[in-house]
Amino acid sequence: MLSKSHLDLAIIGSGPAGLAAAVKARQRGVKDLVVFERDERPGGILKQCIHNGFGIEKFGEELTGPEYSNRYIKMAEAEKIDIALNTMVLKIDKNRTITSVSEQCGLRIYQCKSIIIAMGCRERPRGSLGIPGERPAGIFTAGMAQRLINIEGYMPGKKIVILGSGDIGMIMARRLTLEGAKVKAVAEVLPYTSGLIRNVVQCLHDFDIPLMLSHTVAEIHGNKRVEGVTVVRVDSNWNPIKGTEQFIECDTLLLSVGLIPENELSKMAGVSIDSRSRGPFVNDFLETNVRGVFACGNVLHVNDMVDNVSSEGEVAAIGAYLRIKDKMPDLKRKISLEGDENIGQIVPQVLSGENETTLYIRVRKPMAKMKLRIGDIFEKTYPSARPSEMIRIKIPKKIFSEIGNSVKTLKLRCEEN
Amino acid sequence: MAEVREIICTTCPKGCRAKVWKEKGVIKIEGKLCKKGKAYIQQEFLEPKRLLTSTVVVENSEVKRLPVRTAEAIPKKDLFRSMDHLAKIKVKPPIMEGDVIISNISDTGVNVIASDDLLA
Repeated sequence: MLSKSHLDLAIIGSGPAGLAAAVKARQRGVKDLVVFERDERPGGILKQCIHNGFGIEKFGEELTGPEYSNRYIKMAEAEKIDIALNTMVLKIDKNRTITSVSEQCGLRIYQCKSIIIAMGCRERPRGSLGIPGERPAGIFTAGMAQRLINIEGYMPGKKIVILGSGDIGMIMARRLTLEGAKVKAVAEVLPYTSGLIRNVVQCLHDFDIPLMLSHTVAEIHGNKRVEGVTVVRVDSNWNPIKGTEQFIECDTLLLSVGLIPENELSKMAGVSIDSRSRGPFVNDFLETNVRGVFACGNVLHVNDMVDNVSSEGEVAAIGAYLRIKDKMPDLKRKISLEGDENIGQIVPQVLSGENETTLYIRVRKPMAKMKLRIGDIFEKTYPSARPSEMIRIKIPKKIFSEIGNSVKTLKLRCEEN
Repeated sequence: MAEVREIICTTCPKGCRAKVWKEKGVIKIEGKLCKKGKAYIQQEFLEPKRLLTSTVVVENSEVKRLPVRTAEAIPKKDLFRSMDHLAKIKVKPPIMEGDVIISNISDTGVNVIASDDLLA
């Protein structure tokens, strides 16, 4: 029987969420904390995101991924934070016991007062799409291609088609073009792009890469290696329209078809998952339904901007600190947030009224001039709203005393006007 | 009437739009923009510039590639020429973030710097 060690706080993942949480928790006075990282170095996925555009909010300047993560790594070093590298967390249970394994320390069990889960997200693979064809070499997720080029130094192919207009796909379209590949098309099943506008401009327009909206890949050709794809126009129900098929010769197909929060460990701990955000249900302290277990960053919901990921890490750290010190207010009051049919997801899903809170909302479809209302307490008009651009709203604490204790639900309504 | 171009600001992820044209030698901008956005749109109208980010080959290390970037944005027309130059560069550790890898790339007056540490 392995003996248990004790920890005040375990943070799982040393990406931008985990490191920001660690630094904040330490600054608040949490001494006994360990960050668990399965990779050989801290930083998470940012290490392969060599493009710029990170840190405008947090640092007031535009950084590359490695530069952004180095800022937090340096802060963590200055705070003497213990990062257990090459260490994989295998299990978390309801009693906040975690099991980890590493070459150096073998199997370890820790009883934790608080846990912050910050494992990030994963890419949707080919298997989730159901595209017919053989299984030739040359099919990669966009993030895999990013790792191959930027970390390993390999080009995944010469003639490329990209399925999905997510941000990583568009960023890889530019990267591959600069490295000498020919990106023949980016096909997007939706009638609009699923990434940020600035990536459409800087990654596609800049290099004259065709963006085929309302198109998908209907077939992958080739046996040993990809030889081409059939691209087809789709109707509003995503059904292929007969007669619109076109063959595009290519040796590589990249998939940029969405990210899913990585909650395998969270589920083991009994954390309930919201089917809309695909991450845990949380309150305004970012605490899950399992007391003492907090979630932040892309494990909670997929973000557009890393600065936001770090901010969530800080919110989770304060919650964890309050639990560790037994200072968490009793959270008797629960105000559920309910969105109308135009709202795709809301995080956090439940408010305690004890905090100033930032709400993160995604709309379900693009809207021009959108009016957002939260119960009777908030109203704002936006010039436009797109699913790819998360809407953030700060709700001041005083609002909760104004609306009175009897309010149990706040309805969020989103109207085009 | 001079040609009016619609330019999308890419300074931040908001993606604000503006209309830009030249009137009697003066650049006119129409659209709701912040200070940074105004400067960007003006530059984009005159001469588009981009920050170039890429990698260079690393020798004598288990790490295979070092990420690099131009210290400032360079003219868009110089991007591919600069990539050709970067393809010929090989570096050895130790290198610290911010160290100059190539000075004055493609005669732009801008240096290429390391965007990560490369420890020995």
